[in-house]
Amino acid sequence: MKSWADISWTRAVVSENLKIAESAYLLKFPRTFDFQAGQVVALGTDPDLAPRLYSIASGEQDPFVDILFTEKSGGSLTPMLSRLKPGDSLMVSKPFGTFTKIQPGSVLVAAGTGLAPFMSVLKSGKARGATVIHGASYPEFFYFDEYLEETLKEKYLRCCSRVAGGDWFHGRVTAFIEQWKGLDPGRKHYLCGSAEMVVQTRDRLISRGVPFKNIDAEIFF
Amino acid sequence: MPETGKPNVLKPLFGMTLEELSALVKEEGLPGFTARQIADWLYRKEIREISEMTNLPVRAREMLSEKYRFGTSEPVKVSASADGTRKYLFGAGNMKFIETAYIPDRDRATLCVSSQVGCKMGCLFCMTGKQGFQGNLTAGEIVNQLCSIPEWHQVTNIVYMGMGEPFDNLEQVLKSLEILTAPWGMAMSPRRITVSTIGIIPGMREFLEKSQCHLAVSLHTPFDAERRNLMPVQNVYPVQEVVDEIRRHDFSGQRRVSFEYIMFDGLNDTPDHVKELARMLHGLPCRVNLIRFHPIPGTPLTGTPDQRITEFRDALTAKGVFTTIRASRGLDIQAACGLLSTMN
Repeated sequence: MKSWADISWTRAVVSENLKIAESAYLLKFPRTFDFQAGQVVALGTDPDLAPRLYSIASGEQDPFVDILFTEKSGGSLTPMLSRLKPGDSLMVSKPFGTFTKIQPGSVLVAAGTGLAPFMSVLKSGKARGATVIHGASYPEFFYFDEYLEETLKEKYLRCCSRVAGGDWFHGRVTAFIEQWKGLDPGRKHYLCGSAEMVVQTRDRLISRGVPFKNIDAEIFF
Repeated sequence: MPETGKPNVLKPLFGMTLEELSALVKEEGLPGFTARQIADWLYRKEIREISEMTNLPVRAREMLSEKYRFGTSEPVKVSASADGTRKYLFGAGNMKFIETAYIPDRDRATLCVSSQVGCKMGCLFCMTGKQGFQGNLTAGEIVNQLCSIPEWHQVTNIVYMGMGEPFDNLEQVLKSLEILTAPWGMAMSPRRITVSTIGIIPGMREFLEKSQCHLAVSLHTPFDAERRNLMPVQNVYPVQEVVDEIRRHDFSGQRRVSFEYIMFDGLNDTPDHVKELARMLHGLPCRVNLIRFHPIPGTPLTGTPDQRITEFRDALTAKGVFTTIRASRGLDIQAACGLLSTMN
């Protein structure tokens, strides 16, 4: 997304900006609009800087909108987002996007902050029977793990690529998919993450017999 | 790749617009008209060193060489197809590479240029998507794909259909289009240039407002659920909204919009697709370009047989949609549509 000039946006006032892990933040502002779980908003702090898209991580009826993001060193926006304090304002577009048709009983596969749209779906009560597979480089990046453990129990599966020894699979999500005994090609699989993660995970799922029609994805654009 | 002996810390002149060159000469205390002289050397003449800009005073050339390099780079590899297509491999810094395809065809020769190293769109049918995204090209690196091949002067048309999504690198793509079409640059007609997108709506809108070049949109199916399985971008920018946006712009004159449609056997080649495509594009002056699918490793997709592609074209034509079938070129050197990749 290039410019704020031709999109509809409003200003929101930051309620909280919590640092939840190294370089990872959960930004909150009051919900003044309706949205569908899985949608994105464009955020910015300056009309002269290009907006960036972020998935909403909160539930459809929650009083606050949650945005999960990681600060990118050298990035144009995230260093500014990370410095926002309660009372500061930011630019927020109308919600849009159609990664909203997640069916009950699906497998939700995320890497890093790709968990955000799935959190929204779960908190909105739209993913009954879902299994969540979350990949992270270090355990501290298993965002919302307490909520997910409590909500999903054994259907919350974690993959940690850099640290072995915990109650998680040691390796990337792609490696987990290759050996996952619980894989059911008949279930819908939704992926969210970087282009590399989505493409490689989709390839592994297809090689294990999941029809591509049962795979839907959202990529960090 | 820098010219011999010139470290990369020097800023490349190649890829600068006239406005940027004007600012540069002002900063260096050179006369204002020097900017046009430099642009002329960069984009109209076949030199490769600042020292060869012979209508600039020697002192000016020396001063420029202390801070800048010419900035073009030669291809590091070329592959030749039996059908005359040639595929060029260019370095794009830090062990990254891009590919460019030169496709001669009777009285025209098309150059298919890349706009990014890799691609972050993740389309199911595309080899470039499999390598992920490694970075954006600069305007200079885009235009260099034309100026650094031996067939430069034979090229009649340029298509931004190589590696990457042009509207995900809009600023540099627009800058490259300015260099290619401006009178002070290469003065190509914008009617000889087509930029292809999968439908990044904000970028497409800005492109249509700022450029007169043709537009091509990768459509591949008119149905939402199907397109989401093929192209993740559908979750953010649905193709119906892409078409709605295109309808807000004027394509009744010389500027053209085309819709690229790769034919997948049993997936997007049914009578229902003909019907829905005709509905979606009704009244829009456009062309649908049918493309044979060129299988990539591990793909679950197969291409529609030629006979059915012809039937599909005829069915769309009968519904009033101007439809053509694109010839596959450069298949034997992995230069055909969807096969460009520098993963290895």
